[in-house]
Amino acid sequence: MRRLNPERTAKDKAAAAASKPAAFGEDIDLDQYIHDSDESPYQAEPSQLPAETKRQMLQVGVTFDDPSQRSGTIVQIDHSTIHSLSTQQGIEVMSTRQALEEYDWLSDYLWKAVAVDVDKYAAHVELGQSNGYFIRALPGSKSIYPVQACLYLSKARLAQKVHNIIIAEEGSELHIITGCTTALKGEPGLHIGVSEFYIKRGAVVSFTMIHSWAPEVAVRPRTGIIIEEEGVFLSNYVIMRPVQSLQMYPVARCVGANAAVRFNSIIAASPSSNMDVGSKVLLNAKGARTEIITRAITTGGNIIARGYIEGNVPDVKGHLECRGLILGDKGMIYAIPELKGTLAGVDLSHEAAVGKIAEEEIEYLMMRGLTREEATATIVRGFLRVDIEGLPAELNLELQRAIEMSEKDLM
Amino acid sequence: MNVESESVLEIKHLSVSVGDREILRGIDLNIRIGETHVLFGPNGSGKTTLLMAIIGSPKYQVTQGSIIFKGRNIVGLPIDERARLGIGMSLQRPPVIRGVKTRDIVAACVREQAKEEYITRLAERANLADFLDRDVNYGFSGGEIKRSELLQLLAQDPELALLDEPESGVDLENIALIGQLINELLHKEHPMRQRKHAGLIITHTGHILDYVNARTGYVLLDGRLICEGDPREILETIKSKGYRECWKCAG
Repeated sequence: MRRLNPERTAKDKAAAAASKPAAFGEDIDLDQYIHDSDESPYQAEPSQLPAETKRQMLQVGVTFDDPSQRSGTIVQIDHSTIHSLSTQQGIEVMSTRQALEEYDWLSDYLWKAVAVDVDKYAAHVELGQSNGYFIRALPGSKSIYPVQACLYLSKARLAQKVHNIIIAEEGSELHIITGCTTALKGEPGLHIGVSEFYIKRGAVVSFTMIHSWAPEVAVRPRTGIIIEEEGVFLSNYVIMRPVQSLQMYPVARCVGANAAVRFNSIIAASPSSNMDVGSKVLLNAKGARTEIITRAITTGGNIIARGYIEGNVPDVKGHLECRGLILGDKGMIYAIPELKGTLAGVDLSHEAAVGKIAEEEIEYLMMRGLTREEATATIVRGFLRVDIEGLPAELNLELQRAIEMSEKDLM
Repeated sequence: MNVESESVLEIKHLSVSVGDREILRGIDLNIRIGETHVLFGPNGSGKTTLLMAIIGSPKYQVTQGSIIFKGRNIVGLPIDERARLGIGMSLQRPPVIRGVKTRDIVAACVREQAKEEYITRLAERANLADFLDRDVNYGFSGGEIKRSELLQLLAQDPELALLDEPESGVDLENIALIGQLINELLHKEHPMRQRKHAGLIITHTGHILDYVNARTGYVLLDGRLICEGDPREILETIKSKGYRECWKCAG
């Protein structure tokens, strides 16, 4: 049924926000990028992709060698979905374009978890050429193996625009691993990724995202998550390779009783990387709880690590933990933990620490025969080891492997 | 072989400063292979400083004298080289290292490719099998910390073990096990002449002497060794008369 006085459309709002800078991060001139890309052909067998491309994808957790370890796969290069497949009943995996053609109702989910006019980056995803992935777990369906999604930026100077919709229907369990990477070397590029998550009553979603960009690539993810009663959202984010400029601040809204959110972020900035990364959780329903855990390391780059928890109803609980490690003489870590309670009965806390490795810890390991370098590497490895609850063991292992691969480059 | 076996550690006229402050003055001490020596002294007398200087913590600056380990002056060598030469040390208050598991550190102590079963067996001996997958020293009780230190040293198997108050904060039930682990570490099951390991133990209370035999005791007062003799006799004197008597001795 059409309303007589329709609200302004998303396009109208986006147009009005087309030059609105983001609240945080360096303002990027979008005119310096190309906004459209040519279609790439569909690949029925992604294992046939060039070896170098596959290697890059593997570094961010996307594998084509053993499909039995995945319940689905979707690969997008620039704006083309070159492969999509679901191998598990109850899980739908397709491009956002295709999903919008198939499901009329899907338009109700667009721009509900992320405001289209939040800033110019979101607005341009609505206004220009874009694609993305649609992943949906049907009611009650449970997957053990993750769906893997790869977003790959290959065209120089392209502003890759992505709009992802993830829906976990009531009582479902869904695991997703998203690897974002690029072929670009020495050429600029921009990745704008809008992701909207809808976690229905009693559903559990784990979302593991591994970023591996390049020193000339700028990245602006825009993520919103809405969690209903008894729903669980578990986010694991890893970025350990260079990026020119990254700014993201996903917002999770707990709207149903006992909804739970956990953000784990592992961020490492090498020289000339600029990262402004945070997580925001709004506890708007009784019994909602959250934990935001960040480990940040700089070997010369700049990191702003934000965290914000707001408790607006009684009996909610939130904890924020940020630990930063400065290796070497350059680089900056700026931890900004924020808590806001609007009434009695909220239980919010934070702890933050930024510093270098304690000499005492290095000496302790040296007393056991490790060289200074070995001791430092051991401590860094321990620092990055975040015990992740609720993640299937296999996925946890893969995540640790991805971290270990990057550790070597970092040290 | 002589009746007196050769020295494993020889300290000659050693003076040590921390920052601008001189803590140890002209220390002389000689430990032969197979011997265990104990170091008494009130708080702040410099006992830990002496052990830290032997292991080579850079904060403890040797300003004079030498530390000869197995015939070689090790002053100036970094900690890890001393450890690999065969010196091990258990700390009184070791640091917590988050994310680094006890298992990782025990495996590192073994150096060569450590077999899982070997590490588990060692940990069982120290009653720490359940602690292998916990962050090292994190949330450990006093006794658990001490046993974890000894577990690491057992894995490292040093020729000279420096033990800084291995019994402090340990309840009576645990102290026998601590004593047993130290005896294993120092090869006490072997007759003296066959022992290859030596030890230097700091003790504040002397309780450990109920479980571990030692050949020589010293009293360290205000940075100087003022007494050397039978450790039990020294302990008896300190127990009955306190360190007052030692001050008299020191003049």
